[in-house]
Amino acid sequence: MKHTLAVLVENRPGVLTRIAGLFSRRGYNIDSLAVGRTENPAISRMTIVVEGDDRVIEQVGKQLYKLIDVIKLTDITDEEYVDRELFLIKVNADPATRGEIMQIVDIFRARIVDIGKNSLIIEATGDEGKINAIESALRPFGIREVVRTGKIAMVRGPK
Amino acid sequence: MPVVTKNKKRGGLLGNLAAKENGQEMTGGEILVKALELEGVDMVFGYPGGAVLALYDAIFRAEKLQHILTRHEQGAVHAADAYARVTGRPGVVIATSGPGATNLVTGIANAYMDSVPLVAVTGQVALDMVGKDSFQEADITGITLPVTKYSYLVKDVKDIAGIVQEAFFLASTGRPGPVVIDLPKDIAAAKAEFFYPPQLNVPGYRIPKNGNSQQIKQAVRMLAEASRPVIVAGGGAVNAGASPELLELVEKLGIPVISTLMAKGVFPENHPLSLGMPGMHGTAYANYAISACDLLISIGMRFDDRVTGKVDTFAPKAKIIHVDIDAAEIGKNVRVDVPIVGDAKFVLQQLLQLVEVKDYSQWRDRVYRWRREFPLKYTQDCGSLKPQYVIEQIYHLTRGEAIITTDVGQHQMWAAQYCRCHYPRRFISSGGLGTMGFGLPAAVGAQVAKPDALVIDIAGDGSLQMMSQELATIRQYGLPVKIALINNQYLGMVRQWQELFFGRRYSHSDMAEGGPDFVKLADAYGIKGMRVTKSEEVRPALELAINTPEAFLIEFVVEREENVFPMVPAGGSLNKMLGR
Amino acid sequence: MGILGAQALIKCLKEAGVDTVFGIPGGSVLPVYDALYNSGIRHVLVRLEQAGVHAASGYARIKGQPGVCLATSGPGATNLVTGLATAYMDSIPLVAITGQVPTSMVGTDAFQEVDITGITIPITKHNYLVKDVSHLPRILKEAFHIASTGRPGPVLVDIPKDVATAECPVKAPAEVDLKGYKPNYQGHPTQIKNMVKLIEEAERPLIYAGGGIISSKASDLLLQLAETISAPVTTTLMGLGSFPEDHPLALGMLGLHGRPYANLAVGEADLIIGLGVRFDDRVTGLVEKFAPQAKKVHVDIDPAEIGKNVEVNLPIVGELSLVLREVLRLATPVRRETWIDRVHALKEERPLRYRRDGNELRPQYIIEQLGELSRHQAIITTDVGQHQMWTAQYYGFSRPGSFLTSGGLGTMGYGFPAAIGAQLANPNALVITVTGDGSFQMHMAEMATAVEHNLPIKILLLNNHNLGMVRQLQRHYCDNRYIGIEYTGNPDFMKLADCFGAASYRITDKSEVAPVLLEALGNKRLTIIECLIDRCEMVYPMVPNAKGLQEMIEFEQGEEKES
Repeated sequence: MKHTLAVLVENRPGVLTRIAGLFSRRGYNIDSLAVGRTENPAISRMTIVVEGDDRVIEQVGKQLYKLIDVIKLTDITDEEYVDRELFLIKVNADPATRGEIMQIVDIFRARIVDIGKNSLIIEATGDEGKINAIESALRPFGIREVVRTGKIAMVRGPK
Repeated sequence: MPVVTKNKKRGGLLGNLAAKENGQEMTGGEILVKALELEGVDMVFGYPGGAVLALYDAIFRAEKLQHILTRHEQGAVHAADAYARVTGRPGVVIATSGPGATNLVTGIANAYMDSVPLVAVTGQVALDMVGKDSFQEADITGITLPVTKYSYLVKDVKDIAGIVQEAFFLASTGRPGPVVIDLPKDIAAAKAEFFYPPQLNVPGYRIPKNGNSQQIKQAVRMLAEASRPVIVAGGGAVNAGASPELLELVEKLGIPVISTLMAKGVFPENHPLSLGMPGMHGTAYANYAISACDLLISIGMRFDDRVTGKVDTFAPKAKIIHVDIDAAEIGKNVRVDVPIVGDAKFVLQQLLQLVEVKDYSQWRDRVYRWRREFPLKYTQDCGSLKPQYVIEQIYHLTRGEAIITTDVGQHQMWAAQYCRCHYPRRFISSGGLGTMGFGLPAAVGAQVAKPDALVIDIAGDGSLQMMSQELATIRQYGLPVKIALINNQYLGMVRQWQELFFGRRYSHSDMAEGGPDFVKLADAYGIKGMRVTKSEEVRPALELAINTPEAFLIEFVVEREENVFPMVPAGGSLNKMLGR
Repeated sequence: MGILGAQALIKCLKEAGVDTVFGIPGGSVLPVYDALYNSGIRHVLVRLEQAGVHAASGYARIKGQPGVCLATSGPGATNLVTGLATAYMDSIPLVAITGQVPTSMVGTDAFQEVDITGITIPITKHNYLVKDVSHLPRILKEAFHIASTGRPGPVLVDIPKDVATAECPVKAPAEVDLKGYKPNYQGHPTQIKNMVKLIEEAERPLIYAGGGIISSKASDLLLQLAETISAPVTTTLMGLGSFPEDHPLALGMLGLHGRPYANLAVGEADLIIGLGVRFDDRVTGLVEKFAPQAKKVHVDIDPAEIGKNVEVNLPIVGELSLVLREVLRLATPVRRETWIDRVHALKEERPLRYRRDGNELRPQYIIEQLGELSRHQAIITTDVGQHQMWTAQYYGFSRPGSFLTSGGLGTMGYGFPAAIGAQLANPNALVITVTGDGSFQMHMAEMATAVEHNLPIKILLLNNHNLGMVRQLQRHYCDNRYIGIEYTGNPDFMKLADCFGAASYRITDKSEVAPVLLEALGNKRLTIIECLIDRCEMVYPMVPNAKGLQEMIEFEQGEEKES
């Protein structure tokens, strides 16, 4: 099953290499990885979605924690949390289909951020389910390009 | 756009063979060996171990493939590297997992820095043991990430043949380089039908051939406008096999040629237009020519810091045309006026079609005058044996035709200066990484590649000790390698820097204590040897060695504190040389 | 005026208690060497950087503090890779310092530039590229802290040339403050209580001790525990010496080439107490068949080791000496006559075996004699292969730190340089390298280093003229198809010794073993003792691939000697 790990790391060059290398070396499967700095500029936060059974996830956690630059690690899979992903999608859109696409965009509360001659770029945020739903709703029009940031997540309630 | 390349690059015979083998059930090891054979490999260098047993078992059964057992994996990878440099075809090295694989790292890095096509096959622990710190497990694809062109961890026996094919393709095309294939033990033992894919599909990889015609025209125009042009050829010209085109172009135009360490021999050094090597220990006249030229045409050369010295003052009056197969090299170290991404051979052909003859005789005369006034020189005083003299004599006796391998240090630079070389792929030296210990195993690889050639390893005492165990390989396979050991009982280049830049504080560069008696060392391997301490003994000793049909070691006990000159101090300008 | 980066480095080394470093100078590391000149720190000039790391490892294992090696950028640094990986797998504290090209040239493929921090990520506990001289003192302090605390391991510090020559405005901080590194030393009290309870409930407990006992200096506690709870002790290769093998409770080594009775006892035990071990594949055989009747307790400083290879019933994360002290405080002494009798019976009935008859020169006999003549007190280093296993089986180790070998990575060529480090760390000890002809050739050039420093190391070379362990595997798994193992170009090792000015002996007959060893062990020189043994010799027992420990091949008469 998929687990979502929130990992606080020192904001230093090479940290990403260390983590990516660990996953490939130990044969773990990264589903997605998003990274950015936190309220403290010296610390970055990674949200890693990783696939595996409990034993694998336990090892992932322990091995990550062994990295000197990893400060704190939480498996938030079973906690109440909010997760979001940003998603850009370029779809074919001629004047005939444009209206239909705009309806879908409205339904999902997404936004059109660029209009080309025969295409549109749509921006959407949401959890994984919503993103997947938009993608499949737009597929019939012909998807040209998709970019996803990977999931970021935060536990609900006071810290 | 993906590159789709039709198999076979090497003609119909192998294509037919591929068809013949397809469909046969084999172990992973056998598939790998068969795929190697289909790639035209008949020689591998290696060292067995637990994780490569199935592969070695397949080698045992192989029809054509021969195996050279070295005494250290590092010896094997250097030998494979030299084999590739001499033949122009990828060298192949095999090592077991864990320490076997990590022992390849220096050699792989060495091949990477010098753009040598190399395929390294490493054993790995069984796939389900990967990532568990198993016995003799090392993450070799992770470790070698910064020093390989590409690497594979094989996860399915059915992929092996295709991976081998792709690995050879990547290693030997474009800018060549090392590729690692990490083969888990269980995959090597598993069985599958052999399938050699009819074509390759490598998205994101392209091989430049011709240069952009606009830029070629621009280069031609600049040549026509220039009055003081100079060509600097590098290893890329050797890799492209561009010697004939280079010679033709140079003779047509009459402009001087400078060859970097990696390009020694790409242009005959006895040619009047050859100025030898540039850079830190280059000839004064080459460095002056660079400093004075108004057009510098670089062919497959990467403006390494050892060549340019201080970048800001490098070729200060010149426009620069940079021809390279690797787009990432262009503009990396120096500003370039005309970038040409392409294969040196193709680009030179393009240039040859368009260039027009012009009279550069004034410039040539000026360059020749520098060569007369500031030749390479050393002082021959009585009593001591000068290393330069020894190397000069090697050149005179071999007429620039022998295959020379070197280690790294002072002797390497003296060899580059005094042992002139007139053919490509005959001066085999570690340039980019500067790997001590390269010379002796390189001589093994070179001799295996060319059994009838005269192969001479010009070695230093520090370097030779790093890989001296390979004397056993020389003995085991009866290789008639000649070893010219320049023994000054120092890490001589380190000592030279300490003398010049650290107030003569010779911190731990003195090797006089403990070092072996090298002639006895050779004797322990049943290799003939002798010690030379006087100038007059040099020639007879070399003649004896060359005329001996077996291996031979001559220890030249040379002046201990001789320096390599000229020298551009690190970060200095090329026209400000010490000891000119 | 401040001091230069290189001088600050030397100062930090001294503050960390470093008195000896191993290395080879080169362009990028010259400023460091210049600061080292007359600094009072001893520098040992090795002949290949790879040997330098191994020597530092040997030194660290004897001294119990991080070993230090130096190398220049590029090939100097890459030559450290195997040694770092070796130390990483065996949890040896090391600090490797490499020169790097000036910061302005990093990333330009400059002469002798490699991305050594990138390369060594998988094989170091941590590494640093120092980009600013003001970070240097802190980084070094951290490097030594990380290398030597928690689960020890190698740390690499890459110092560009311009950083080494820049003026260093700061001193090292008084304390290390690493947010992401706080090893857990105290075992969890409840878990320790549970462990004591499990011990009390068990009828057939067995202690399985590893290298963690040695690195946490817990041998005395191990002895107390074994005697208190009446449990036999088997050790891993890395744990040899942690428990005296002449003790009635000692079972010697278990695993792939372990003693028959040790492997059998594991199969019969109902509680396995793993102390500082990692349930390595060479120890467990087929995991599903490892100690099938037993509950498993696993005490280790590294939480990531627990549950990695084998599911355990009770995990305890902590420093062994602290945990064992707690356990001993709570445990009540018991005697387990039946179990101990059973173990003794196994020892009687299923001992290690080799052919003792006849006058053949057997490697097992040589090692047995070596053990007796050195009263099981020498520091033994080995390389990797058959000789390593025979040494582990037959020497009879009696004290921690007396056996230095490459366990996890299995690095041929480790033994002799490690002996150099060990002898320098303890000049008065008798240091013996047991090696094979394949392994020894990898770093025999270091004889120059040993001679230079007058180290009276004994090199016991078991020469069978081929790669014996590979041959053994090819015999078992490849139907006697021998390939790539034949050593016909070997040097004459007597002449080889002579060219370095070392002493040498050659043993060809069983009767020569004792007298020659006696003479050789007594001399004060670097000495090679070459024993010409038969290439058909095998290491038994041997657990075949994918089998449980109990399914080992205990002994086979084997091939007759090739005529």
